[in-house]
Amino acid sequence: MTNNNYNEIIELLCDRLDSLADSEVNITAETNLISELSIDSVKLLNLIMEIEDAFDISIPINALADVQTVHELASLISKIKSAS
Amino acid sequence: MNLLEKLDAAAAARKAMLPEGVGAFGIPIEEVYSATEARIGKRRVLLLGTNNYLGLTFAPECIQAAHKALDEEGTGTTGSRMANGSYYGHRALEREFADFYDCGSGIVFTTGYQANLGTISGLVGRGDTVLIDGDSHASIFDGCILSGAEIIRFKHNDMADMEKRLRRLGDRTETTLIIVEGIYSMLGDQAPLADIVELKNKYRCTLLLDEAHSLGVLGETGQGLVEKTGLQKEVDFITGTFSKSLCSIGGFCVSNHPQLDQLRYVSHPYIFTASPSPATIASTRAALQLLREGSHLRRQLWKNCTQLYNRLAEIGYQVGPEPGPVIAAILDNPKQALQIWQRLLEKNIYVNLILPPAAPDGKSLVRCSVNAAHTTEQMTYVGDSFANLYHEILQS
Repeated sequence: MTNNNYNEIIELLCDRLDSLADSEVNITAETNLISELSIDSVKLLNLIMEIEDAFDISIPINALADVQTVHELASLISKIKSAS
Repeated sequence: MNLLEKLDAAAAARKAMLPEGVGAFGIPIEEVYSATEARIGKRRVLLLGTNNYLGLTFAPECIQAAHKALDEEGTGTTGSRMANGSYYGHRALEREFADFYDCGSGIVFTTGYQANLGTISGLVGRGDTVLIDGDSHASIFDGCILSGAEIIRFKHNDMADMEKRLRRLGDRTETTLIIVEGIYSMLGDQAPLADIVELKNKYRCTLLLDEAHSLGVLGETGQGLVEKTGLQKEVDFITGTFSKSLCSIGGFCVSNHPQLDQLRYVSHPYIFTASPSPATIASTRAALQLLREGSHLRRQLWKNCTQLYNRLAEIGYQVGPEPGPVIAAILDNPKQALQIWQRLLEKNIYVNLILPPAAPDGKSLVRCSVNAAHTTEQMTYVGDSFANLYHEILQS
């Protein structure tokens, strides 16, 4: 994973999550998607579709089971993007 | 947060959505009078939130068949299909479903949920891919999770989006199962099956169609969307449920692929559960016969669907893309949806309330399910009630 790649993903995620989150939280790489942002499963799945299109990749929903933080989601996307 | 605190958090979220004392979910039905009327509390209500599309819950043929099976075969099979739970009736119903769809074979499951769970998890596994519609029913989603296959969603009924995701899969499309539904349960719209079949053939995938809500509703003999579109031979696997137009409980899968039969040996949701009771199988067989001969019921159903769909649209409600037995008034505000649901119940009309995240796109739904036994007068009363509430709640 290159830093540029990862940073680009983090930036995109923070931007999109900011508009989706119900609560007013300063979103960082360590922010927990569920407990801190209260993002419901449908919003999260729709966000995944957006990210797939932004990077022209496929993110299997199953892979999200291990994702809790923005950093973990960015790492997953970066890993898939590098492999594609 | 420990295990029980997680449930407390879920309860708190539910309470925040529904005020104390409002039992919109799991409302007790005290007595059932007919296919269209029941008692809730002290109210005699019009049932407009059931999936009894052909109105056959009290069909004498089905009740007599169930009574006879109960008397002759007892209350339950007390065993799985793999062991002692395959009676004559189970095998006969499988042959009748295969005959109905002109397919090589059919399998009966204990519930419709298990039909999807068992078929999907039996067909695909680790290393395979499932491509599912974004509005898929939970039974499809859970079947995919159970299978271990990689799950990719495409935007609901969006063929450009579907093709984009197929293209990204590259040579993995040959081990990809596309799963769509004949009629979607939230907004009542149909899958664009001809376009889906074209993509399925172009990318050499396998296609499963769930006819849960379209069985009995679409097509001259009620097969569903495959019959309406004439694409029976293009769909690899068809699943469905007995709990809607067939008015019992159970599910099925039919296919022309001879490998379908192997699901009996690899599918846990088929193997590790008791088979349907003899009375359930008997009433389902009788209902399937009535469904096949029920063109007149479908005509009445569609008359009712069109009447209510057009009326809600004329009043000004946002409705789904096309008429169907599921007709949802789509609302942006969950409080308004709850108010409409409560006021309809006060007017002795029972409908379904669906709140986010269960409803698509963060919307709330006041969802009606129409059936062939509803009268024109009942549909008019429902339309008038929705009109009053539009002015009372949405324009106040």
